[in-house]
Amino acid sequence: MGTRLLYLSVLVGCLLSTAPLPWLLRVKVWGRWRRLVRTLPPVVAAFTVWDAYAIGAGHWSFDPSHVTGIRIGTIPLEEILFFVVVPICGVAAYEAILAGKHKGVPAASPDAASRSGESR
Amino acid sequence: MTYTQLAVLSVLAVAAVDLWAARTRLLSSRIFWSAYAIVLPAQLISNGVLTGTGTVRYSGSAIIGSDTPVRTRPPLFGDGRVFYAPVEDLLFGFSLILLTLVLWVVWGRRGVDSVPESGPPRWVRD
Repeated sequence: MGTRLLYLSVLVGCLLSTAPLPWLLRVKVWGRWRRLVRTLPPVVAAFTVWDAYAIGAGHWSFDPSHVTGIRIGTIPLEEILFFVVVPICGVAAYEAILAGKHKGVPAASPDAASRSGESR
Repeated sequence: MTYTQLAVLSVLAVAAVDLWAARTRLLSSRIFWSAYAIVLPAQLISNGVLTGTGTVRYSGSAIIGSDTPVRTRPPLFGDGRVFYAPVEDLLFGFSLILLTLVLWVVWGRRGVDSVPESGPPRWVRD
């Protein structure tokens, strides 16, 4: 029974290792949910279509003992969650690098001077 | 079409979106490649677990490598596999990340939640 949560556990692991990064690096990811809800749906849609085609054509399949068995049509729920979790990790990584590059609020932002204490 | 063909096509399609449709030009951005350098090892590990345990199983007629074996683990390397996963998965994952970031940047340019308000890391004194 425990092994049916394997795929789900991998996704949870990805999320858990990514979730604290925005807090640690002070990068806004979750706070920018408006941008996320516009970014994710087309990605999820496109890859779900690919997944459905591939499953139908027999490119890949899933070991029933390693997935929960919950499906949306022919597609395991875990796959759809994969298309949500991995992009979020990508955005977090991208914003983390961007924040490191700017080392704080960019100068162009009106908040720059007051927030970082520098005079510009 | 095989997975191999679709995977190559998807990279080309998303690259076209990045370079010409959306003009986000992430493929020439050091920030994108640095971000991908972070995501790639994570992908190799999580995908390695999923494919190495046979959770996701592939047909040899769709990939460069052979069928996922029934009772044994697929190869760690070799027979079209990298860390247990078909090489096609690398292209799949790359398309997934690139498409996501193209859209992320597009919406940022349109002013949706675009102010970074971020950094420095918590371990750096303000």
